[in-house]
Amino acid sequence: MNMNLTLKIWRQKNASDKGKMVDYKVTDISPDMSFLEMLDVLNEQLINKDEEPVAFDHDCREGICGMCSLYINGEAHGPDRAVTTCQLHMRMFKDGDTITIEPFRATAFPVVKDLIVDRSSFDRIQHAGGFISVNTSGNTIDANTIPINKHDADTAFEAATCIGCGACVASCKNSSAMLFVGAKVSQFALLPQGKVEATDRVLNMVKQMDEEGFGNCTNTGACEVECPKGISLENIARMNSEYLKASLKG
Amino acid sequence: MALDSKIPKGPIKDKWTDYKNHIDLVNPANKRNIDVIIVGTGLAGGSAAATLAELGYNVKAFCFQDSPRRAHSIAAQGGINAAKNYQGDGDSTYRLFYDTVKGGDYRSREANVYRLAEVSANIIDQCVAQGVPFAREYGGLLDNRSFGGVLVSRTFYAAGQTGQQLLLGAYSAMNRQIGRGKIKMYNRHEMLDVVKVDGKARGIITRNLITGEIERHSAHAVVLGTGGYGNVFFLSTNAMGSNVTAAWKAHKRGAYFANPCYTQIHPTCIPVSGDHQSKLTLMSESLRNDGRIWVPKHMKDVEAIKAGTLKPRELAEEDRDYYLERRYPAFGNLVPRDVASRAAKERCDAGFGVNATGEAVFLDFASAIERYGKETAHVKGLNENDAALVKKLGQEVIKNKYGNLFQMYEKIVDQDPYNTPMMIYPAVHYTMGGVWVDYNLMTTVPGLYCIGEANFSDHGANRLGASALMQGLADGYFVLPYTIGDYLSNDIRTGAIPTDSKEFEDAEKEVRKTLDFFVTNKGQHSVDYFHKKLGKIMWNKVGMSRNVKGLTEAISEIKELRAQFWKEVKVPGTNEEYNEELAKAGRVADFLELGELFAKDALNREESCGGHFREDAVELDGEQKGEAKRDDENFAYVSAWEYKGEPSDAVLHKENLEFKDIELKQRSYK
Amino acid sequence: MSGILNSSIGRKFAMALSALFLMIFLLQHFAINLLSVFSPDAFNDVSHFMGTFWAIQYLLQPVLIFGVIFHFVMGFVLEIKNRKARTISYAKNNGAANSSWMSRNMIYSGLAILAFICLHFYDFWLPEINTKYIQGDMSGLLANGEFRYFEELQHKFVDIWRVALYCIAFIFLALHLLHGFNSAFQSVGANNKYTKGLKGFGKAYAIIIPLGFVFIALFHHFNH
Repeated sequence: MNMNLTLKIWRQKNASDKGKMVDYKVTDISPDMSFLEMLDVLNEQLINKDEEPVAFDHDCREGICGMCSLYINGEAHGPDRAVTTCQLHMRMFKDGDTITIEPFRATAFPVVKDLIVDRSSFDRIQHAGGFISVNTSGNTIDANTIPINKHDADTAFEAATCIGCGACVASCKNSSAMLFVGAKVSQFALLPQGKVEATDRVLNMVKQMDEEGFGNCTNTGACEVECPKGISLENIARMNSEYLKASLKG
Repeated sequence: MALDSKIPKGPIKDKWTDYKNHIDLVNPANKRNIDVIIVGTGLAGGSAAATLAELGYNVKAFCFQDSPRRAHSIAAQGGINAAKNYQGDGDSTYRLFYDTVKGGDYRSREANVYRLAEVSANIIDQCVAQGVPFAREYGGLLDNRSFGGVLVSRTFYAAGQTGQQLLLGAYSAMNRQIGRGKIKMYNRHEMLDVVKVDGKARGIITRNLITGEIERHSAHAVVLGTGGYGNVFFLSTNAMGSNVTAAWKAHKRGAYFANPCYTQIHPTCIPVSGDHQSKLTLMSESLRNDGRIWVPKHMKDVEAIKAGTLKPRELAEEDRDYYLERRYPAFGNLVPRDVASRAAKERCDAGFGVNATGEAVFLDFASAIERYGKETAHVKGLNENDAALVKKLGQEVIKNKYGNLFQMYEKIVDQDPYNTPMMIYPAVHYTMGGVWVDYNLMTTVPGLYCIGEANFSDHGANRLGASALMQGLADGYFVLPYTIGDYLSNDIRTGAIPTDSKEFEDAEKEVRKTLDFFVTNKGQHSVDYFHKKLGKIMWNKVGMSRNVKGLTEAISEIKELRAQFWKEVKVPGTNEEYNEELAKAGRVADFLELGELFAKDALNREESCGGHFREDAVELDGEQKGEAKRDDENFAYVSAWEYKGEPSDAVLHKENLEFKDIELKQRSYK
Repeated sequence: MSGILNSSIGRKFAMALSALFLMIFLLQHFAINLLSVFSPDAFNDVSHFMGTFWAIQYLLQPVLIFGVIFHFVMGFVLEIKNRKARTISYAKNNGAANSSWMSRNMIYSGLAILAFICLHFYDFWLPEINTKYIQGDMSGLLANGEFRYFEELQHKFVDIWRVALYCIAFIFLALHLLHGFNSAFQSVGANNKYTKGLKGFGKAYAIIIPLGFVFIALFHHFNH
């Protein structure tokens, strides 16, 4: 059964514009559409009426690039669990629904236009320490020289599946980035290759995170629930203890 | 200009080593005076940027996404090949080389492929050192899986997110260099032209996608790692932003475009559900390790399944047609992608498609679930005959291996693949063709390099699974850093390239002219309107199966569509702001030219090879009846097209392929 | 170690440490109060000891006061910082979908508890300080020669309004603890095989202790 919907969408011309919510109607939306395909329909409609289409970030449309964002009906990536907005399907909604669509909100994620925000603060945190300092010449030891306990390898992998979308920040009432940073710190802290510079890494990344203006974690757990990849809160605990250890060391 | 592939002399196994021993190097102090531009930050571009920066060059890297981490390499699922022979199953550099050349249907360059196989093992070492969390066995060592078209297990993986993990590895190496100031990163920048000065590539023109600002960037060499052009089909597994623009602008500036018709149609994608579809989603080839592909044997069952009166799992074994196992007993469900895709099309064209559109086949995990369930029950000392228990245990194993893919499927299709077979259909996935490069990965424009999927070099007419990641990283980490040094050694006294020269000015003017046209043209159709039309022509006439009539029609239809586009396209907004429609317009304009060349190339190649299947080139009898028929006598060459204005005027140059280390044979997977 | 309080994780750690300290204090306070239900004499003895032993009065009491002040000042500081991290709020926010009411409203449950502490100081601590250090009566005795502590306690719970306020405050305390207990452990980085068991214990603590205080208050109200 196709649906007719009312959309309340945040429109903002550019970073310095004040911005406001605007109402739109879309009709004949198939439940098999993804949320972004529904927005494509709206945009096609706007273009045909010589109005400006709604700007939103998207790229892979299969839930892995982390480009799509959107705060839909009060939740990052909308009401479904373990999905990004591009994987959210219209079958989650009913005919006649009103859907509120806003950009991810955080001081560290300023709005660029409409629903697009600037998440370069995440990149800068990674520049500060989100790596292992080895050159890429390939002149290293054989990959099987250091066996890694499967449990640690799996836990590191799970932390590494973060797509950097920023849903954690958007959902957190404090706009804290600790799940994002905790995931990266954890991935490397769990692997022997990453342990070598674990101390500097956590101190530098947390310092950069604080400078970017993210809030403090108060352990509400909203980030974990809204994370499309189900990154665990354990990663924050691990980062906390890594950070405290590192602070005591030096 | 005659094509010179610059393949080093000597036996194939020594070529790369000898080459490295004899190239000119740039001393570290001089590297500081040399700038390199890298466009695209996927596996190839990202790894190249990191490595060149480590070596000491000043790197400027560009991507259209908001962060280098989002390049579409991230979506690669299944794995990365490497001739490590950790499993002791007979793998070797030669065998990987052989499999890749054979898999590519003998249309790739031997020397390049051998080098790829040679450096492959090193990629795994490198990535592990960078903290890439590959899957491991209980003993703590790396695990492998099998992929299509080979008889060994050489694929390293990280669940269904191998591309993501490898890309994040390259991204982290880039981050280290960005932090040190050795890479200057330009996010949300799109390259709109290459600038040539005195015949050499010396810079690019970009548009800042946020502000619309047109910028000039100069360097001593320009590297394109901008990915494939699968989006010429509109619907593909590529990201929405994936485009041919950078490669096409290079083509227009003199870089030959090779084998555009070699396109990989991936057999296991989620079928199209309706007209609203904006992209297609791949289900990793690794699923064919455990899933069996089938359609019903009898038309009445097809109809019952379509009508919903028969559940697929209720159909008796003997009423199912496991057509891959039937046709290719040696490789079964693990035949190469092109073969699997055509086989699915053959069944669906014959009316056996199992969904409403008639374009879907089943990928069934029931027998794998049972097998794993029994194994686990046995190991745990539980009752192997308890069907419910076995199913539960088996589902857990499958969940462990492919959990994220199953979840993805369920979210899109709204069906539970643990309890009903998946429905899949082929979709455009990868383009083997691309910018022509020599052994050094340099295009026909001096100083302009092309790496990764954007070039044509290593996969011939068909790419084997888990080889794209291998090629991207090999090019970026281990090949380009050597070959580009050889070229740049001549530039140590050149000094910074000024951007106020006439060449830069002209290029910028041209870019502005096109952009101004788009925002002022008062057309009546959106960019997508044209893109979708182009996609339909491509899919119907230049898709999985091609013939002279269709290709000839496609060429004239695309030409007409292009003319219409330039008259009737409508782009709202202005240039001086974030304007996605404007960015899309430029990309589709280039697709509309590429599409025609693509069809022209397909028309020229009167043989079937790999992803290029011509209905007039099939085996007529014998065991291989109906299979693709290659023509080595007349077509063992690379088609490299030179730009001359209109695609129809493009001039064909042939690079003859010589096979000294591998015997040319019919590619049989029977 | 220097400057650790300037970092987000450092502040969070300090907040957690003060919380853990206050939770231990609360347990101790509860244990003594519970004595009043079973044995007024024992309650009197312990109260006198707590009120007059120098180490408690001059060492632990200032530490406790510092702990309380630190905890709520830091709570306010964090709240202000966190509000700055999102200056434009959502038009529609569905916090209930992903987090508990308690976790999102620690500042309000905390404020309620702070108000209660003021009342509590007015009721007990200020008279105590007045008797002991201003009037200089360290005997702890009433005019009749008996200990005054139990008598004073019972007297306070005569007024139904005060008892009601106390009970409401304890509800807020339970809400605060329901999130706070495990949050504190998460903040100090606890992540091991005991973490799960600790969660259950935390919930039990957060409910049993405030409920116990409510019981004590009601007990004295109805048994004076």
